[in-house]
Amino acid sequence: MSRLRKVLDSGEFAVTAECGPPKGADPDAVLRKAELLKDKVDSINVTDNQTAIVRMSSLAACSLLKSAGLDPVLQMVVRDRNRIALQSDILGASAIGIRNVLCLSGDHQVFGNQPQSIGVFDLDSIQFLQVVKGMRDEAVILGGERLETPPDLFIGAAANPFADPLSFRVVRLAKKAAAGADFIQTQCIYNLERFGTWLKMARDRGLTEKVYILGGVTPLKSAGMAKYMKNRVAGMDVPDEVVKRMEGVPEGKQREEGIRICVETIQALKEMPGVKGVHIMAIEWEEAVGEIVDQAGLLPRPTLE
Amino acid sequence: MITAEQKPIQEIRDMISPYKKILVLGCNSCVAECAAGGEKETAMLASALRMAAKMNEEDVLIEEKAIERQCVKDFVILLDDIIDQYDAVLSLGCGAGVQAVGDMFYEVPVIPALNTEFLGETKEQGLWLENCLGCGDCMLYYFGGICPLARCSKQLLNGPCGGSMEGRCEVDPDMPCAWQMIIDRLSRFGALERLEQVYPPKDWSKKQGVGPRRIQREDQQR
Ligand code: SF4
Ligand code: SF4
Repeated sequence: MSRLRKVLDSGEFAVTAECGPPKGADPDAVLRKAELLKDKVDSINVTDNQTAIVRMSSLAACSLLKSAGLDPVLQMVVRDRNRIALQSDILGASAIGIRNVLCLSGDHQVFGNQPQSIGVFDLDSIQFLQVVKGMRDEAVILGGERLETPPDLFIGAAANPFADPLSFRVVRLAKKAAAGADFIQTQCIYNLERFGTWLKMARDRGLTEKVYILGGVTPLKSAGMAKYMKNRVAGMDVPDEVVKRMEGVPEGKQREEGIRICVETIQALKEMPGVKGVHIMAIEWEEAVGEIVDQAGLLPRPTLE
Repeated sequence: MITAEQKPIQEIRDMISPYKKILVLGCNSCVAECAAGGEKETAMLASALRMAAKMNEEDVLIEEKAIERQCVKDFVILLDDIIDQYDAVLSLGCGAGVQAVGDMFYEVPVIPALNTEFLGETKEQGLWLENCLGCGDCMLYYFGGICPLARCSKQLLNGPCGGSMEGRCEVDPDMPCAWQMIIDRLSRFGALERLEQVYPPKDWSKKQGVGPRRIQREDQQR
């Protein structure tokens, strides 16, 4: 069974991290990251050709993590595979013991290193959630054919509380919950106020009772990164105060400050009703995760039967 | 209408280089509306090609003509009298036009001078927008008259994605987010609740299920 599910079901505050597979075929590159994250987090998300850059497949990297004794979350984007391939990979993932899947749209192919590729988008992320749920709970694939053995998966989705239009963001969350999401990982939170507004809207619709919400956080490495995320990354909301705070410390100290902001955010999230855990996306900075989790008072991770 | 743009002149010159007598053939329908292949553009391209040939001292005959519709047999047949004078046709029709001319005059190579692009709308002078993919099963009713397949960069039927900011699309901030438009328009009609349901996966068999599509109507056949 999914460790993530067990932790959440037991009422513990869950901690997940992210692991980007290498741009190469070296299994040790994955296992080294696994070593850094082991015992620091409950589960590890493996990104699926994130930002449309070709990397080792998420499924293969998840399998490596699994063999190292970790609980991987298989990210799957609908950008690169049609409904045949998606359903097939769901079955394969479950067969090799992967117990969590995160259904995503994916970054548009134009942003990556294969801008001449075709974007598939045969299903959208919400339809994909619905398909996975149908496979798991009713043992049927799209079109109604039965599966001999249904997949056993804890199903996740993403939500961006910072994108527009705000009022519709919660409608979309409700759709994801209805479609089949068991848990939600949010976009990186720097603007706690806006996040709070969104969370309240979600609570008012009873959604925090239907899905486990994990707040997304990303430690900033530098003031430059803060500015880049603010201005260049679509769907990201980095308030001026955060940029200023990063700029206010000398360059050699900015990483520490980034970690401090991240820890404070996690502590604030822990106090918000409806938030059931955090998802730490330390982009190519997995070393920072242990420190963040430690400082946020989230160690040791619970041991569960 | 079908929109298109002219290929770079060098690419065209390379393609026609084996031929000595060329008919530059325009089309006065869609591609005239998008100022790519009508009578005027045809005359301009033909004269540019003649000029280039002259400067390079190439001995070629380049003549032009525009017909009403290259994609309809009844118009293409009007070329029957003159086609034998040429050893190639350079067509400024859309992809369908190029092929229709080639179908009728099988022995003559028909070369495309345009890149055919999309089914679009003339939004304003000099601006054309892709608004329809020709999916074979129109869903515009459900989406406030705005097509999420053609106008959302990720073809979401349950949008908007997490990149929609201030009404702009994450893929190209010069483009409006189709989903913001859908939400705005449906709110205007008081029909926003239409979007509360999960819209099911698209039936793509209407577009590509049985290979190339055709429409056959006995009531129209003679
Ligand atoms: S739903 Fe299909 S037919 Fe209707 S506008 Fe969109 S692509 Fe065209
Ligand atoms: S920003 Fe809007 S139009 Fe662009 S991909 Fe997202 S939902 Fe579609």
